[in-house]
Amino acid sequence: MSTLAALARLRALQTGTAKRLATVRHCHLSERPMVFIPLRLAGEAAAPLAAMAGTDPARPRLLVVPQPRDRDLRFAFTAELAEILLPYVEGLQKATETVERRGAEPYERCLDAPQLIVPNRGAVAFVHMLGRSTRFRRAEGPYAVHPSVPVLGRWLTFLAQRAQYPGSAVLLAATEALSLHWATGQSMLEDANLASLLGWIDPPAGMTGASAAREAEDPLVWPPAGPATDPGFDTEVLVPAIRAYEQRPTERAAARVGEAVRTQLEPTWGLMWRAIDLLGGLPAGPGTAARWEADRASFTNFTAQLAEGGPPQPKRDGAVGAASRLARMERAQASYDAQRAYDDPLVMAGHRLTGEAFTGTVVATDPDHTEGEGRGRKLRPLLTIRTTDPARLAPGARLGTPERRGQQAEVVEIAGGLVTLKIIKGMGRGKAATPGAVPEVGERVCYAALSDEFQPPASLPAPEDTPWTHGGPPPEHVPADEDPEEEWS
Amino acid sequence: MDRLDLLRGPVPPRPHDARAIAALAANPGCARRAVLDAAGIDKDATATHLGFPAPFGQSPFAITRGNVFESLVKESGCAELLRLLRDILDLPIPLAAYNDLGDVGGNPSAHLRHSHTRKLIDRAARDADDAGTLYDHPLLRLDIAGHSSYLEPDVVAFRLGGLFRIVEIKSFAVVDGQAEPDKVAAAARQAAVYVLALRNLLRELGHDPGRVSHDVVLVCPENFANRPTATLVDVRRELAVLKRQLARMTRVGTMVDALPPELTFDLARDADGVPTRPVAELREAVRGVDARYAPDCLSTCDLCFFCRDEASAEGSTDLLGRQVRDALGGVATVAEALGLADGSLTPDEGQEEIARLLRLADRIYAEVS
Repeated sequence: MSTLAALARLRALQTGTAKRLATVRHCHLSERPMVFIPLRLAGEAAAPLAAMAGTDPARPRLLVVPQPRDRDLRFAFTAELAEILLPYVEGLQKATETVERRGAEPYERCLDAPQLIVPNRGAVAFVHMLGRSTRFRRAEGPYAVHPSVPVLGRWLTFLAQRAQYPGSAVLLAATEALSLHWATGQSMLEDANLASLLGWIDPPAGMTGASAAREAEDPLVWPPAGPATDPGFDTEVLVPAIRAYEQRPTERAAARVGEAVRTQLEPTWGLMWRAIDLLGGLPAGPGTAARWEADRASFTNFTAQLAEGGPPQPKRDGAVGAASRLARMERAQASYDAQRAYDDPLVMAGHRLTGEAFTGTVVATDPDHTEGEGRGRKLRPLLTIRTTDPARLAPGARLGTPERRGQQAEVVEIAGGLVTLKIIKGMGRGKAATPGAVPEVGERVCYAALSDEFQPPASLPAPEDTPWTHGGPPPEHVPADEDPEEEWS
Repeated sequence: MDRLDLLRGPVPPRPHDARAIAALAANPGCARRAVLDAAGIDKDATATHLGFPAPFGQSPFAITRGNVFESLVKESGCAELLRLLRDILDLPIPLAAYNDLGDVGGNPSAHLRHSHTRKLIDRAARDADDAGTLYDHPLLRLDIAGHSSYLEPDVVAFRLGGLFRIVEIKSFAVVDGQAEPDKVAAAARQAAVYVLALRNLLRELGHDPGRVSHDVVLVCPENFANRPTATLVDVRRELAVLKRQLARMTRVGTMVDALPPELTFDLARDADGVPTRPVAELREAVRGVDARYAPDCLSTCDLCFFCRDEASAEGSTDLLGRQVRDALGGVATVAEALGLADGSLTPDEGQEEIARLLRLADRIYAEVS
């Protein structure tokens, strides 16, 4: 944790209210996100107990499995979830835009993508598990399920896998999105409790954040946001309700289980929309649109894959697939870090503190400075900046600046609070620099060693050329017959 | 060790199960926990009496699921377990004898059950035949701070040739070869307790303790079904941590000697078992031993809410977690850190660097927000 974030937590603890860690919002927020709060039966890997889902705060849909150990009831639950999620996803596939590319065929990209918001990281893991347990099922043969179930499984898997990319917003955990923007006066471990985190950020009138957060820890006042339920609730309410259903599986008995889980889900439903409102109250950072564009492209690709009848996502990546996924994640991380810093002086402040970036006032410029002779003569404007930040940059380091996003500069010298830079990119192609490209004397500027440049994808062999060191070419995908029949007990 | 009995009061010491012993390693720097555990004090009852009941509980669904899975693995003399062992150890085990050590002619005394285990393990260690033998519910013992603790026997020991292995059955799922890392870590810590206890037993009996393998067999449900799968887990690291922590607990004597002689954590239970000790008095007693609160305590220690409240009253930076404490270079209180940040406090020797960083952070934060 940066000293800046630590200091913000200290101030939060001292004042009793959360402190801002960002001046703008760093995650895209859809105009119509879907909130999904899953509950799991304790002790099971992926046995759904109930869920609340929907895109309208006033109209949550409650899904219940009155006997979570009953396989048929579980698949009925997933089919019902598919009825909610699939129309939402499919509705976003229709409107597209044509994207022109230099040197390649233009392609169609969806104008919007789904956004699923869940309470916490545990719920993200549950989405992944639910996807894993449903995507290999089949609509015919033994143990046939409703045709929508495997499709749901693939979409849940898509969302969970996409969520691993830094900066992606198709599946957000509310606690993580909030923690990105606010520092509380408690530990990160306690921040994983949505009610307590919101207590710090937005306490009820007449209460400090600290006391609201403490109150939120009582499972009787604020039931856990899932996927695990409160053990006390399980013992006292859920066990008898499920037992009654087992003895007489009537509608009344099912309704009793439903009412029981509703009491556990409804408070969190309210919290989720409050979290969305709080995030929506922040102005969007400019980088969020670019990152959402990547999400939209990914969504469009996956839609096409499904339409072409591709197989369900494999249980494990092959060597080449895993390496390329890791490389993409690393690039996403680097550009996510850079974009956030360039979008937000408060995020940049953290980099200034570690010396990777600095802010200062321009004290001298040489806009017509050139390097080289004859045809190799290049314009390299120089500028000198006075700073009180502890810049720790080596001569030759490449820097970018939030004030002029396309520009690149190189460190020439750092001495006694004065930094000399030469601009090497983004000052125009003419003999003299484009007006405005070189900062004026007296201007306040910021430079940082963070790059958001396009990086070419990692060059990896085709899967069929996987070297023996990595297990050789992977076997061709043959849908295993036992997969659709996999037990789920 | 009469002193520890005085600290506890006139109740029998609370036995340590493997889970509790494994949790000792979670926060080795906490003197309060070391003393209370060494004395075998019921921390849950203490916390409840202090008005800070522990926030834990286990769902009946999880308990049922665990029991169902365990009985499935152990059905018909551990037939399923034997199949798994054959696969994972890659051994042609034709059949194995099954010994349930949990039942000693209806006598449930831990002492008796332990000597029975001892006798059978001794015989097994001398035996050189190749047939495998499974020992279900072996009652092992571990000395903690001079007290013998019998370990809840939810484990199977397997002997083949001259080698013993601990088999631990857990009901969390392994999906496509992966399980939740924190659950695997907890299982490994617990298994290490059994490995150590079995090694000590062999040593006492004059056998080579190295005959207990440090690779334990973890049996879990595979994917979403109840079908078990086995994995070998190397617990050498957990063993090292555990040994260090236990060695430290035997030195708890010096810690206890430094405490005021009249100090006791006795709840003064009446005839019905209801604690009558004045809460304020008990609070002072508990506060008499220093704690080292960390947010991780919230999932491992019964006293966590009490210690958190105390840390909060003291304005300790421990409240915010280790990451924050590290970022603050170990500055102990919130007031001190903020004083250094706004320059109202002059840094002590050795604090100059963190003070400079905090002042800079304070300046930059004020500038941009």
